[in-house]
Amino acid sequence: MQFMLLFSRQGKLRLQKWYVPLSDKERKKISRDLVQTILARKPKMCSFLEWRDLKIVYKRYASLYFCCAVEDQDNELITLEIIHRYVELLDKYFGSVCELDIIFNFEKAYFILDEFLLGGEAQETSKKNVLKAIEQADLLQEVRIFLYHQVAEPIREIDCQLDSSWSRAATK
Amino acid sequence: MPAVSKGDGMRGLAVFISDIRNCKSKEAEIKRINKELANIRSKFKGDKALDGYSKKKYVCKLLFIFLLGHDIDFGHMEAVNLLSSNKYTEKQIGYLFISVLVNSNSDLIRLINNAIKNDLGSRNPTFMNLALHCIANVGSREMAEAFASEIPSILVAGDTMDSVKQSAALCLLRLNRTSADLVPMGEWTARVVHLLNDQHLGVVTAATSLITTLAQKSPDDFKTSISLAVARLSRIVTSASIDLQDYTYYFVAAPWLSVKLLRLLQCYPPPEDAALRSRLTECLETILNKAQEPPKSKKVQHSNAKNAVLFEAISLIIHHDSEPTLLVRACNQLGQFLQHRETNLRYLALESMCTLASSEFSHETVKTHIETVINALKTERDVSVRQRAVDLLYAMCDRSNAKQIVAEMLSYLETADYSIREEIVLKVAILAEKYAVDYTWYVDTILNLIRIAGDYVSEEVWYRVIQIVINREDVQGYAAKTVFEALQAPACHENLVKVGGYILGEFGNLIAGDSRSSPLVQFNLLHSKFHLCSVPTRALLLSAYIKFINLFPEVKATIQDVLRSDSQLRNSDVELQQRAVEYLRLSCIASTDILATVLEEMPPFPERESSILAKLKKKKGPGNLPDIDDARRNVNGSTEHSENTEAPKKSSPSLVADLLPTNRPRPASSSPIMRSAGTMGTTHPFTDLLNLNATPSAGASLLVDVFSESPAPASVDVCEENFLRFVCKNNGVIFENQLLQIGLKSEYRQNLGRIYVFYGNKTSTQFLSFSTSVASCDMLKTQLNVHAKTVDPLIDGGAQVQQMLNIECVSDFTDAPVLNIQFRYGGTLQNIAVKLPVMLNKFFQPTEMTSQDFFQRWKQLGAPEQEVQKIFKAKHPMDTDVTKAKILGFGVALLDGVDPNPANFVGAGVIHSKCTQVGCLLRLEPNTQAQVKMYRLTLRTSKDTVSQRLCDLLSEQF
Repeated sequence: MQFMLLFSRQGKLRLQKWYVPLSDKERKKISRDLVQTILARKPKMCSFLEWRDLKIVYKRYASLYFCCAVEDQDNELITLEIIHRYVELLDKYFGSVCELDIIFNFEKAYFILDEFLLGGEAQETSKKNVLKAIEQADLLQEVRIFLYHQVAEPIREIDCQLDSSWSRAATK
Repeated sequence: MPAVSKGDGMRGLAVFISDIRNCKSKEAEIKRINKELANIRSKFKGDKALDGYSKKKYVCKLLFIFLLGHDIDFGHMEAVNLLSSNKYTEKQIGYLFISVLVNSNSDLIRLINNAIKNDLGSRNPTFMNLALHCIANVGSREMAEAFASEIPSILVAGDTMDSVKQSAALCLLRLNRTSADLVPMGEWTARVVHLLNDQHLGVVTAATSLITTLAQKSPDDFKTSISLAVARLSRIVTSASIDLQDYTYYFVAAPWLSVKLLRLLQCYPPPEDAALRSRLTECLETILNKAQEPPKSKKVQHSNAKNAVLFEAISLIIHHDSEPTLLVRACNQLGQFLQHRETNLRYLALESMCTLASSEFSHETVKTHIETVINALKTERDVSVRQRAVDLLYAMCDRSNAKQIVAEMLSYLETADYSIREEIVLKVAILAEKYAVDYTWYVDTILNLIRIAGDYVSEEVWYRVIQIVINREDVQGYAAKTVFEALQAPACHENLVKVGGYILGEFGNLIAGDSRSSPLVQFNLLHSKFHLCSVPTRALLLSAYIKFINLFPEVKATIQDVLRSDSQLRNSDVELQQRAVEYLRLSCIASTDILATVLEEMPPFPERESSILAKLKKKKGPGNLPDIDDARRNVNGSTEHSENTEAPKKSSPSLVADLLPTNRPRPASSSPIMRSAGTMGTTHPFTDLLNLNATPSAGASLLVDVFSESPAPASVDVCEENFLRFVCKNNGVIFENQLLQIGLKSEYRQNLGRIYVFYGNKTSTQFLSFSTSVASCDMLKTQLNVHAKTVDPLIDGGAQVQQMLNIECVSDFTDAPVLNIQFRYGGTLQNIAVKLPVMLNKFFQPTEMTSQDFFQRWKQLGAPEQEVQKIFKAKHPMDTDVTKAKILGFGVALLDGVDPNPANFVGAGVIHSKCTQVGCLLRLEPNTQAQVKMYRLTLRTSKDTVSQRLCDLLSEQF
C-alpha cells in the first residue's frame, strides 16, 4: 500500500499515512486530486478505480471516506477489508467511533493504525492482539480521553445515504 | 476496553482543536493558528524549563497544525527531547511527530538515531516497537545506514517477543524498499524463511510480506520458501473456521495471510517437485470449491474476504498458466461474477478475465461470455466498470468475433464517456487492422471512427489508415470511392478532410472515370472544405491540389487560378503562402515529365510496428495490455491470429516517420526545385510532400523523435549534484529521480578501484533496453582507465541490478568520468548522465609518521608551487569528530600530536598511480574565535597539480 487517507464529505483530511517517500507538495497535490475524484463519484459506484498508475480502493462510513492507494499487483478486496478492520479497531477502541473521536484523538488513530499496518503491509490482523498492544500502552499512561460517541452517533451504524445531525456538526 | 475511564487527556489540545473548528473562516483559522504558534514558540524559548507534559502537549498541537496543512518550522528539538523521556506517552508523541514531520534536518538525525538506538537496546518490547515503527515510517537512508544491520538479528533472535518480530519484519521490508543495498540478508536468509513456520500467525503474516519483497528481488535465495508457503497455505485452507481463532475473519480463515502466501508463490514458476505441485493444486482446488459453497454469513465482509482469496488464487493460476482444468474452472467462476449484484465483483471479474483471455487454455472459455460483456458495456452505470468491459472485449477479440466486437465498440463510442473515448478509438483502430480480412471493412471502420468521434481520432490513427491504403493496392480504389462519398456530408470532421485530401491526391484517378466523381467534381468537393479548415489541413490540401495537376491535366487551369488568388498568394500564414507560390511556379515551368516524376505516387511504407499500438501501450503502460501486438504484420496482408507474445519490438515509431518512408530513395528529392522549396523558411524536409507536419511544433517533435534514437544525445545534462558528497565516503546514493535510483559501493586499493553500481527501478514497470556506458574526456582517458562490465538490459519493476566498474589510475587527474544511462520506460527513451565520483584522493594510502618526520618532509616540500593554501568559510558546524571522520574518509592518516595547536588537524598519505607515487601532507586549521567560522587548509605535495586538485576537493567538505 502506498498511502491511506481519511477525509470527510466536505473534503477535509482527517488522517493521512504515507508509506512511500513523497515531498510535502506532492502529498498535498495527491490528496487534493484524489479527494475531489472520489467525492465526485456516486454512491452505488464500485469501490475501485484506476488513478494514475495506482489502484484506489475506497469506502465510505457515514461522513468519513477511507481511501487506500495500492499497486497494480495488489488485491483490491483484501484492501477493502483492511479498511473495514481498521474501522472495527477504531470502533472497538473508542466504543462506537465517530468522526469527532478521530478529530480530537487523532494521535490515537495513528497509533492504532501503526499497530495494524506497518510499511504499508498488514502487520497484525487479529483484532484482539492489536487492541491488546494499544491497551498495554494505555496502561502505561494515566491519560484519559474524552469520548465523543456519548454525544454523537457512531459512524458504523449510520446508513451511508443519510446525513446525520452530528456529521453536520462535525464539519462546522 | 479503556473507554470507560477516559476523561480528559490533553485539555489544552482539545480546547485548541475546538477553537479551530469554531473558526468561521479560513482567515480566522489562520489567525488562531498564528496566535497558538506564537504562544508555543515563546513557551519553548522561555526561561522556565517545560515539564514533559507541557512539552508533549505543545508538540502535539504543532503536529495538529501541520496535519491541517500548515508549515511547521520549529519544535523538532522538543520532539526529539520527548524521545528520551521515560514516560511512554511522551515518547510516543515524540515518535509520532518525528514520523510525520520527517525532515532532512541533518543535525537532528543523529540525535533521533541515538534515541532509537537506546530504545532498540532497551529490551522493553513496547519501546522497541515504538522505535521500529518510527524507522519503518521514516524509512530514510540515514536510518537504513544506522540500523539495517541490527534489525535482522532482532527479527530472528529466539527471545524476541512476537510483536517485536512483527514490527522488525515490516521495518526491514520498508528499509529494503528504500535502500536495498544497505540491508544485508545473506546470513539471515534461512532463518527469515523459517518464520513461515512460526506458531504465531501474526508473525507469519508480517514475515510473508517481507519474504515476498525479498523473493521478488532475489528469487533464488528464497526458493526454500515455496514448500513452506504451500504447507502453510494448505493448513489454512483445510482448517475449520474456528481453528484459527482471532485470525478468522467473518468465517474466513486468515484471509490476509492466505492472500500474502498466494502472492509469494507468484514470485515463482509452478513447483518442480511433483508432490509439492499436487499439494498446491489441491489447495487451489479447495479455494475454488469453497468459493462455490453457500455463504456462511450474509455480511459483505464474509464474501469480500472469501473472494479476495479466490481472486488471488486465480492470479496464481494465471501466473502458472499450466493447469488447463484450473484455468477453465477459474474462468467459469468469474463468469458467474459477471452478473453478480455487487458492482465490485463485476468489476474484478472483468479485470481478471482480461488476463485469462491471453492464456491459450482459457481464451475460448472467456469468449463464451461475449454477450454478457457486451451487455455490461451497454448497461453498467459506472464508467470504470464499462472501461473494464471495453478492455475485456479487446482482450477476447480474435478473427471469429472481430466484426461483432468492433461494431459494438463503435456503437458504444457514440455514447461513451469522454474520458475513455480516445482509448476506445485506438482499440477499435487496432482491432480493425489486426483482424481485417478484407480491407474495405477496415477502411469503413476507420472512416466511421472519424465520423463518430473525430475529435478523439489522433494523428496516429489517420496516418495509419493512409499507410495501409498506400501499401495495399487492392483497397485503393475502394478507399478513394469511400472518402469521396464521406466528404459529401455537409459537415464533416477535419480529420476526414485530411484523409480525403491525401487519398484523393494519390488515388483520385481511380474513380475519375465516373462522371459523378470527375476530376473537377473531386476538386470542387475538396475545395469547398478548404476555408473551414485549420492551417495544417489547408497546407495538406494545397499539396493535394498540386498532385491533382499531375493526375488530371484538365483541371490544371482551375487549380492555378485558385493558387493565384490573393487569398493564397498573399496569405498571412507563411507556410500557406510559400506553398501557393511554389506550387504555382512548379505547375507553370515544369514539363509534364518532371511534374510526373516529382509528384509520383507515394512508394509503399516500410513495415513497422503500428504507432497506434505504441500509443495505446503508452496510455495504459506496458503490462496492462493483453498481447495482441502483432498488428503490424497486417500491413502486408498476413492476418493470422497469433499468440506470439515475443514479437520483436521494432524501434519506437515517431508519428511523422510513420508516414515517411525516408529510408528508401525518393523520386521527389531528386528535383532541385523541390528541394529548394522545402528548405526555404521551415525546418522540415520536403521529402514530406504532402506535408503532414506543417506546424512548427510538430516539426520540432519530429526532430526530437529522430534524435532520441541516437545513442549519445548531446543534450543530457550531467548530474553532479551528489558528486562532492562522495569525496570522503565511498557508498551511497549518487542519483535519484522518480524512475531510477543509482547507488554506489566502492573500494580502492593502491592505484586500483572497483565500483559496484546498483540501478534500482522505482516504478512498477519494466525498464527495457537498459544500457550504460562510461565516457571520459580525451585528457582523462590517458590518466584513468575505466572498464565497465555489461549490465542486464531488462530491469523489472521494483528490482535492482548491479554493475561492476574496474578502475585504474594511470597518473594524477582532475576531471571525472561520466556514466551515461539509457533505457526505455513506457515507450519513451530515458537518458541520464551522472558524474562518477572517482576522485584523485580515492587512490590515497594513509601514511603514519612521527612529528619529527612530518616536519622534515614539510620543509622539503617548501617550494612555492608545491604548496596550495585556501582560506574558506565553514559551511557546516565545526565538530571535531566529524572533521576527523572526514579527513580519514579523504584517505590520509590523521596524525595526532604533530601540530602544536591541538585544535588543528594534520594528515599524511601517498597517492598511488600506475606511473608515480605522490606523497602528500595536509594541515587544516579551524578558526573558532572569529565571528564567522573559518578554516585554513594547506596542502603540500611534490606535484603542483596534485596539490591543487586535493585542495579543491577537500575544501568543499567543511
